[in-house]
Amino acid sequence: MDKSADNYIMDDQNAGLFRVNRRAFTDPECLAEERRRIFDKCWIYVGHESEVPHAGDYRSRNVAGHPVILVRGDDSAIRVLLNTCTHRGAMVCRQKSGNAKTFQCPYHAWTYNSRGQLVGVPGEESYSEAFKREDMGLVAPPKVDNYRGFVFACFDRAADSLWDYLAGAREYLDLVADQSEIGMKIVAGQQAYSARANWKLLVENSYDGYHGLPTHQRYFSFLSDIGIDFKGRDLAVPARQKAVDLGNGHAVLEYQSAWGRPIAHWVAPFGEDRKAHFEEVRRRFDERFGAERSRRICETSRNLGIFPNLVINDIMAITVRTFYPVSPDYMEVNAWALAPIEESAEDSALRLDNFLTFLGPGGFATPDDVEMLESCQRGYANREVAWSDISRGMKRENPSVTDELQIRAFWRRWNQLMTEPQLRRARKAA
Amino acid sequence: MSTAELPSRIEVEDLLYQEAALLDDWRLEEWLEMLTADAIYQVPPTDVPEGDSRNTLFIIADDAVRIRSRVKQLLGKAAWAENPRSRTRRMIANVRVLGAEGDNILVSANFAVHRMRYESVDTYIGHYDYKLIRDGKALKIRERRAILDNEALRPHGKISFIL
Repeated sequence: MDKSADNYIMDDQNAGLFRVNRRAFTDPECLAEERRRIFDKCWIYVGHESEVPHAGDYRSRNVAGHPVILVRGDDSAIRVLLNTCTHRGAMVCRQKSGNAKTFQCPYHAWTYNSRGQLVGVPGEESYSEAFKREDMGLVAPPKVDNYRGFVFACFDRAADSLWDYLAGAREYLDLVADQSEIGMKIVAGQQAYSARANWKLLVENSYDGYHGLPTHQRYFSFLSDIGIDFKGRDLAVPARQKAVDLGNGHAVLEYQSAWGRPIAHWVAPFGEDRKAHFEEVRRRFDERFGAERSRRICETSRNLGIFPNLVINDIMAITVRTFYPVSPDYMEVNAWALAPIEESAEDSALRLDNFLTFLGPGGFATPDDVEMLESCQRGYANREVAWSDISRGMKRENPSVTDELQIRAFWRRWNQLMTEPQLRRARKAA
Repeated sequence: MSTAELPSRIEVEDLLYQEAALLDDWRLEEWLEMLTADAIYQVPPTDVPEGDSRNTLFIIADDAVRIRSRVKQLLGKAAWAENPRSRTRRMIANVRVLGAEGDNILVSANFAVHRMRYESVDTYIGHYDYKLIRDGKALKIRERRAILDNEALRPHGKISFIL
């Protein structure tokens, strides 16, 4: 077992032991390396196509440290543009969202159209012939692509396609996207919060079935107070639950859950008057997808982690959550609710209600998660305790959702990218 | 439509100061007694401060059941984000009695709520929109909406106490 202090992980498959060096959570040099080897190399989630439904619609936001504009051009194409004037650098989009034909830099009035092309330069005759407008459009990341509405960007020109990158995660994104016949949408309202903790602690936490009962006992007692019966039930029914390594560092937990699901899994607190409607929606899924896939979509919950920093938890509602490190011990988190576009006002209200019982910085669960991550980070001040243990279920043939297979899948990929002596893609590019 | 008789600003200030004291002292059961049976408590998202919780993802949108559950959880042992409890100190100012809508008395007040925990101080800044009703001699809170001016819950991370 090589437990050298220089290593980030210790992965002993024979013994069934997996350890992570806590330096990965605390070391500023590790974060600098992550920016180069992870955030500049992987596909990073930018937003959802429903956030810019019409030509000219835009959202300006920070994506992994980059101020960007997510914009639908007058040609209907969705672009990601780096929000900095190619002249002297000022941000050309100063609003969080809106609709615009052009973005005009307020500093010297250079003007770009909704495709990012430079269309106006005051006093252009003062420039030499070598100055060409077409060279000076807003810069886009080298790669931008969309999988079923989820828009990603990649700063590595030589990266694999988004399709290949997503690997096994596509199947699980499909289970979310298929919940609508016309498309999913991000609901208005962004939960913008933070945690005084390393960003990878939130990766681990977002699909950690082991912490559910101890950390969230207040949520489970709330459920039982409103009449959801847990007697004889674990968090998951063993026969209908699994943890899957989806490749490329992505992983998922899929399980039969006790809580209601607004898509089509009725529980008593939703109200007797709604039961027939839920059954009708369920029948429609049965028709579209057959009984087995319909059951999967409607009744099972999924905690999906897309490497490195996108979480789509399709649980008592669907949350899309992404987060970025600011320093080794502080991250910014953004979360949204995702819902079928065609959902009725009444169903949508129920969905948001169900969302807030558990999720978000004022929910009955997320604040306690943030508390635990911050507590871990404070604990790491004890540098003498150098390793964390992620060995749970390692020798099991079929690890359960309360094991840690999914967390190891993340760390193995992370370690591979962080320790490759030469970045394969950099070689390919050269 | 009948319109409630407006209370004086002093009467409303007394109510809000009493509420702030109960919340800062973690006397949450007594605080619940200041609410009507159907009271709601909301914190809209920082990017849609005027939103409607039926079609907008809020930070908090408690109905009567969830407010009482929230208090029960906070007074229990397993609300880890508040065990150990935060210290809070609320500054309530600029109290205005805006008018009436039927039985509801509309009140607005500014707040700065400081939260101290693990040697960090986080300040929540914004204003409250209240709907109060006259219940016998007393005023009761039917709706309280805490609208944040903070552009994000950063570095606060959460609203784990009653804002």
